[in-house]
Amino acid sequence: MTANEVTPDPLRSTASIGTSLLRRDGVEKVTGDATYAVEHPVTGPAGEPPLHAWLVTSTVARGRVAAVDATAALAHPGVVSVLDHTSAPRLADTSDAELAILQADAIAFRGQIVAVVLAETSESAREGAALVHVEQEAEPHASIFEEDSPTYAPEQVNGGSETDTLDGEPDEALARALVTVDATYTTPHEHNNPMEPHAATALWDGEQLTLHDSTQGPRPVRGTLAPMLGLEEEQVRVLAPYVGGGFGSKGLPHAPEMAVALAAMTVPGQPVRLAVTRQQMFALTGYRPPTRSHVRLGAHPDGRLEALRDDAVTQSSRVKEFAEQAAVPARVMYAAPHRATTHRVAELDVPVPSWMRAPGEMPGMYAQEVAVDELALHAGLDPVELRVRNEPDVDPDTGNPWGNRRLVECLRRGAERFGWADRPTEARATVDGEWWVGTGVAASTYPMLWMPGNVARIRSLDGGRYAVAIAATDIGTGARTVLTQIAADALGCPPEAIDLDMADSDLPFGSVAGGSSGTTSWGTAIVAAAQQFRADHGEHPDPGVETTAASGQYADMDGHALHSFGAVFCEARVHRYTGEVRVPRLLGVYSVGRVVNPRTARSQLLGGLVMGLSAALHEEGWRDPRTGHVVTQDLATYHVAAHADVQQLEAGWLDDVDELSTPMGSRGIGEIGIVGTAAAVANATYHATGVRVRDLPLTADRFLE
Amino acid sequence: MDAEISLTVDGVQRTVTVDTRTTLLDALRERLGVTNPKKGCDHGQCGSCTVLLDGRRHLTCLSLAVANDGAEVTTAGGLRGSGGGLHPVQQAFLDQDGYQCGYCTPGQVCSAVGVLDEIEQGHVSHVSDDLEADPELTDDEIRERMSGNLCRCGAYVGILGAVKQAAAAGSGSGSGGGAA
Amino acid sequence: MKELTYHRADDAASAVALVAADPDARFLGGGTNLVDHLKLGVTSPTTLVDVSRLPLDEVSELPDGGLRIGTNVRNSDLAAHRAVRRGWPVVARALLAGASGQIRNQATTGGNLLQRTRCVYFQDVTTPCNKREPGTGCSAIGGYGRYNAVLGASEACVTTHPSDLAVALAAVDATVVVLGPDGERRVPMSDFHRLPGDRPEQDTTLAHGELVTAVELPASAAARRSTYRKARDRASYAFALVSVAAGLELDDDGRVSDVRIAWGGVAHKPWRAEVAEAELRGRFVSEEAVRAAAEAELAAAVTDEQTAYKVPMVRNLTALTLTGLAEGATR
Repeated sequence: MTANEVTPDPLRSTASIGTSLLRRDGVEKVTGDATYAVEHPVTGPAGEPPLHAWLVTSTVARGRVAAVDATAALAHPGVVSVLDHTSAPRLADTSDAELAILQADAIAFRGQIVAVVLAETSESAREGAALVHVEQEAEPHASIFEEDSPTYAPEQVNGGSETDTLDGEPDEALARALVTVDATYTTPHEHNNPMEPHAATALWDGEQLTLHDSTQGPRPVRGTLAPMLGLEEEQVRVLAPYVGGGFGSKGLPHAPEMAVALAAMTVPGQPVRLAVTRQQMFALTGYRPPTRSHVRLGAHPDGRLEALRDDAVTQSSRVKEFAEQAAVPARVMYAAPHRATTHRVAELDVPVPSWMRAPGEMPGMYAQEVAVDELALHAGLDPVELRVRNEPDVDPDTGNPWGNRRLVECLRRGAERFGWADRPTEARATVDGEWWVGTGVAASTYPMLWMPGNVARIRSLDGGRYAVAIAATDIGTGARTVLTQIAADALGCPPEAIDLDMADSDLPFGSVAGGSSGTTSWGTAIVAAAQQFRADHGEHPDPGVETTAASGQYADMDGHALHSFGAVFCEARVHRYTGEVRVPRLLGVYSVGRVVNPRTARSQLLGGLVMGLSAALHEEGWRDPRTGHVVTQDLATYHVAAHADVQQLEAGWLDDVDELSTPMGSRGIGEIGIVGTAAAVANATYHATGVRVRDLPLTADRFLE
Repeated sequence: MDAEISLTVDGVQRTVTVDTRTTLLDALRERLGVTNPKKGCDHGQCGSCTVLLDGRRHLTCLSLAVANDGAEVTTAGGLRGSGGGLHPVQQAFLDQDGYQCGYCTPGQVCSAVGVLDEIEQGHVSHVSDDLEADPELTDDEIRERMSGNLCRCGAYVGILGAVKQAAAAGSGSGSGGGAA
Repeated sequence: MKELTYHRADDAASAVALVAADPDARFLGGGTNLVDHLKLGVTSPTTLVDVSRLPLDEVSELPDGGLRIGTNVRNSDLAAHRAVRRGWPVVARALLAGASGQIRNQATTGGNLLQRTRCVYFQDVTTPCNKREPGTGCSAIGGYGRYNAVLGASEACVTTHPSDLAVALAAVDATVVVLGPDGERRVPMSDFHRLPGDRPEQDTTLAHGELVTAVELPASAAARRSTYRKARDRASYAFALVSVAAGLELDDDGRVSDVRIAWGGVAHKPWRAEVAEAELRGRFVSEEAVRAAAEAELAAAVTDEQTAYKVPMVRNLTALTLTGLAEGATR
């Protein structure tokens, strides 16, 4: 294997990139033939059918397991065994407390795994789990994120960013400013809720653990679980050919994956299936922690910012730290000579928060972009114009020149397409029948992220075909299709000539499908491997020759500030009688580099907009202070947008090629659609009603008169 | 307690032993290996498990298998024509990119087939203005009728386009090769 | 060890006999709520008596112009029925505002009325709930309360009834036909569901073993000019925050001669707003008049921080609904 710098003119052609190739896995998906994590017909070596695992979870928020009585469960027909902290296999490494389950009697949050039932059928597993009696000793707990929750400064925040930044004298500048905003914005518990619940099928044969997992990263799962289980990485194989969504919650392995692995190791030769229930997902598979952002803006009368402060507080778990980087986007968005951002974390007796689509940017840009809307109001300026006036020449955070900042064009293009100019200046100016009508705008941004270490293998096949392999995953993003297109153009062949093998940890290293880094990172490796393949084997390779190459860093992350930008425009209607909010129009215009596949890219951006809309209008996990339990723990009480909530929705992009970021000219697009969207909706509801809501979600009761 | 039932699944008669507590969804997925209908919530709150049951769109997670002895089940897998070609609704989902991760998709497809059939039969919906008239297939009608199928990827625009494309192609449950 | 025995009933009388004789037996209809509860552990019957194939699935016209709806008529078929759409639009609209197309294809008329609360604590067997386990306490008091009742609640239970159809049936004075071990009886909708009091485990006035066989809708001018409006947290596929079922008849001067108002989402049962109705009879319909009438009804409301919104919401929605009916709106 060679490590490769991608050389200039990396693509042989752009014949496939830029075309709307149909998804390569579409037929399997529209027929239901695609097999997800517990649908693989896995049997043991002698044909043993899978056992069904069911998780038993704690019902106190803090304390210890005094005893697990499995007598009644084991007496139930079909129940095979019950694992608890006294009987589960010991882990070689317990330093990751989220994953080190069933090793000790401590209970650190409500919903923690305290036992696993194995049974011959799912019905008997479920019934068996109900019959396990767990005696728990409860201790006092603090599980509610409150204004006066004690906080601390983490060493760094998610993504490795600095906890605090300070430039100039923001407090003094704020005190002097003539136009100001000083307000606090909150976002609630938000739960990823991919449609496929977290699930896995595990088979331990005594030497090798095979895991069909619902994950965004087979290699990261392998790399995390193997040492904890005391295994070499090569002894663990993780496959994830189809993944029913993740949105970050399947980006890192969570406790259920460890549960099924441990369970499988107790029954060598017998597969074990575990499907986490929808209810259990609310405690066991990560979530976006609630955030509280205190935003202060100080501007000149012409709207130019002189100072900004964004002090973000969020919730973490005593089990493992996760610090949502909600103030990070404030570092790059607007020019202001005096600026400060801080992050503080409240450590509570709650499940471990984790990645949810655009961690940091989503809640942070909600706060900031509503605050900017308030500033425009106070300055008497159009909110598009105010943003244009605060466009920074260089990245305010690093001082680096922008790679490709085209926010103003997104705002202008979007405003024109949306008909923004026709908007009345005043709020509460338009009534249409039973509805107040208003429009709003917000900006969005997401950093270009590239993950090191990716490796691709290319082998020539008969008839001018090529096998391309990398342990990437397609969680619905279209990766299987766009990587095929990238490989085709990198090798100079049609996409039909590419056999792409992915989603298997036995393949060359692929990083996680997260942080909008997948296509960027995997694609760069494929291009590097294609170049090396041509260098090694020429234009007419013999069938069977191959090259494996790791990509060096292509992106100019040190010399330039590489970010995507966008502008979201929203029309909102607020019912004059009930306060219900509807969004008849939502438009996002983005600058994301070259779009590899317009069909799948559009779906990604629209999907982000839908999730942002959903967060704006519906989503809220409600944690009961008495039990530390999210009681809105299903899809009937934790609402996500249904089809009727999504009306006229459009996503567009600027013609763009970003040669500083990737050899394909592209940047990632998975997250940016959710960023800013909730702010655009909130700003539109303000414009409709004159009621400023600073706390998500924008439920009917907030607008009721 | 076990019971033996027979089901016609995608045109094939199957006999299966189930627990009296086994849902139709689990009978299909876990006992018969028919994993085309998906389990998204197991409580009637997402629509991923939708099939056509005796010709009508129906959840399988809230039905006991034993109560459906003798039923005819058509999953998204069974909507294909005899030569394996896609049903026009499935082709429309492909063309319009009415899906991303694919997990809710078989349920969306079955639901769409049911919706087109219900419209043809003159069923009104929550958004129909005039209850006494036959409904028209407007965008709002499609959105409302498809609202029992959640899609967390947010592919609703493509799904709407797919239902419209299929409707324009005249593909209620009558066309295509499925047993619907 | 739990076993679950399944019987498919041959006729209504034998189904009733089977269930009446066994306190751990339940009727199984469409299953949308019961199967959910079996999986959650909310209920643990040992015997299910499947009544879903009994031939009680006809909608027939009664001699006086009314309609008799067999208990097994599916929600979707009832909503699509031309006579219902013409003569009782409030019933069709309530059905169409509930659940999803798939669930309406499965759920039955009788089952819809007998569905149980969606209170998050009732559905979570790890928390106390007087409705699920009498005497354990009410977790919704001091807990999650957005969907709680504001009228007629008790210290034992503060939840609401989830059915949309039941609210419409209350507004049109429907009668529920019930078969019990001692024969048939007819229960007015107003007496069918009950307030929680100190027995919240009892949703209705039915005795164990009594089977709903039909619902009868009397014809009236107010039923013909009727509609259902529902406010919810999502545009579709969500339970009501509040809902209003209303019917109206005006005399030749345009004054109210008959008015029916029933509210959903506010109480343990469909709340017939009789005080408001009395206030409006003989008067002209105006937004102000309806608001005042609704406020008179809501004088008894008890709210907290989480439910306070329901009072203005149901008042406003009632005003909108009745003024719409007076102006001849079709929905």
